[in-house]
Amino acid sequence: MTIVLLLSISVVVAAAVYLMLSRDLFRVVIGLTLLGAGTNLVVFAAGRFASVTPPLLETADDAAAAAAANPLVQALVLTAIVISFALLCFSLVLGARLRSAANSDDTHSLQSAEPPATDAVKPAEIKP
Amino acid sequence: MIESHISLLLVVIPLLAAPVTALLPGVRLPWLTALLVSWVCFALAIWQFALVMDGSVISYELGGWAPPWGIEYRIDIVNAFVALIVAGMAAITLPYALRSVEQEIPKHQIPLFYSMFLLCMDGLLGITLTGDIFNLFVFLEISSLSSYTLISMGRQRRALTAAYQYLIMGTIGATFLLIGIGLIYAETGTLNMADLSNRLPAVFSHHTVHTAFAFIVVGVALKLAMFPLHLWLPNAYTYAPSAITVFLAATATKVAVYVMLRVVFTVFSTGFTSDTPTDDMFLLLGVLGVLVASFYAIYQGDAKRLLAYSSVAQIGYILLGIGFASALGVTAAVVHIFNHALMKGALFMAVGALVYRIGSSHITQFSGVGRQMPWTFGALVLGGLSLIGVPGTAGFISKWYLVLAAIEQQAWLIAAVILVGSLLAVVYVWKMVEVLYFRPASDTGETYREAPLSLLVPTWLLVIANIYFGLNADLTVGAATTAVQVLGGIPQ
Repeated sequence: MTIVLLLSISVVVAAAVYLMLSRDLFRVVIGLTLLGAGTNLVVFAAGRFASVTPPLLETADDAAAAAAANPLVQALVLTAIVISFALLCFSLVLGARLRSAANSDDTHSLQSAEPPATDAVKPAEIKP
Repeated sequence: MIESHISLLLVVIPLLAAPVTALLPGVRLPWLTALLVSWVCFALAIWQFALVMDGSVISYELGGWAPPWGIEYRIDIVNAFVALIVAGMAAITLPYALRSVEQEIPKHQIPLFYSMFLLCMDGLLGITLTGDIFNLFVFLEISSLSSYTLISMGRQRRALTAAYQYLIMGTIGATFLLIGIGLIYAETGTLNMADLSNRLPAVFSHHTVHTAFAFIVVGVALKLAMFPLHLWLPNAYTYAPSAITVFLAATATKVAVYVMLRVVFTVFSTGFTSDTPTDDMFLLLGVLGVLVASFYAIYQGDAKRLLAYSSVAQIGYILLGIGFASALGVTAAVVHIFNHALMKGALFMAVGALVYRIGSSHITQFSGVGRQMPWTFGALVLGGLSLIGVPGTAGFISKWYLVLAAIEQQAWLIAAVILVGSLLAVVYVWKMVEVLYFRPASDTGETYREAPLSLLVPTWLLVIANIYFGLNADLTVGAATTAVQVLGGIPQ
């Protein structure tokens, strides 16, 4: 089970890095989401994950059964999933706006945002 | 009754007001709500600061769950000071925002704009006040998402590109932070930062802890625009609406610096970092940041972009203070967090006022305008002097302490870099002043009236604060000195 989780984290993160290095606007966003998913799996692994024992306390105990999975990490991952969902929605809308404004989904063509450097100290002459 | 809940109210009031603001009709009503909320928060932040000024600590248990199990808001002088900066800058930016936003943002988006502004302020306040490192991540995402939205509302098409760049970089930063948090939780089983600082020393030698530290530091460094991770910042500050540039430049990176201080000194402590190349990395990147970003600033043709690169250089100074890891160095860093908020706030407000009248932030358009808008020009000059670090301004105080810290460690080269950085600041501030005042007005015959009072008054309030805190440094330096003791983990 550990091996399966390890492999899936590796695959997801590798796919995320591959997509994020792409020039396509939306692939980068999907890559970002996958990176978030990979991270969630890492955090998830911090608790015990193969357990079927419920993390419940008997009245007399002061700690849950030793084999139980830590419910806190699962709560953390849930929170992180909600956040990354909001992020995905926003980035997709931003990407769509960007594409319709720039008429391109190539991240290289977006570099038009960088204005050319001017002469130091003396600003460029005013063009009529 | 209020006193025991201040820290929670600071987060809850803007959080509740944000959706309400989004639903309000018109332009003035949402603005008034946001203004009221920010002023209430400012008052609460002052109150909270007064309570912890003597070095005491307020611990607020959320929902009555005792720490370290529940989420704890842990207020000491460090975060009360940063919260004061955030709430104060919001309170002074909002009066400025009214006219500037009316001009820059379509009318139907204005309620959404103020709603996002409140959310952004809420996220930043939450980051500073919480004592729980996962809660910090959640607030970081709240502030980040709302600032991406605010930046994308800029007038030019490039605002979208800037927001997209910031979104990618910011999300990678936040993801790194989350990986780091996950790893230290796996090692220690706690998320409370005070509890972490007790439990981490036992596992300092573990590789997992080193990995977690690296992830957290790089993640936070992306958010605070540490050179060379600053590439999102110039575009974001250039194309965001003027009021947002003022607010983000004065608060967002400062809050990230606070997180860095907290992580490096409170959670991990110098006992851990002295075994790692952290300090040398901060010093090296700080020096490079000061020099390279200042040179870049000189070559910029856009005033907002010029000031944005100058911000990267100023963050370099703060990192130098953290890198010294001495009481004097961290005092300088904390003082500069405050002073830089004042000076960049004033400068971006002055440039925003120019943009309001001229319609462009390109320096070539500024020819001779300084004589037509004397008050705006005066604010720009005084803010610029503070940025350079002329005695009598706030900028001098922080540079003075930074140079003292460098001399204390006999780091002569770094002391020299701090002075060279100030000289470079003279060049780029002069570049604006020269065009504004000494160039003839453009022959199109267009004259510009002085900026409206609602823009000038907040600008000048910040300028006066720059001079006041330059002459009377008791509050800032006193708070910073106590802060260094409270942060812990720094050799006195």
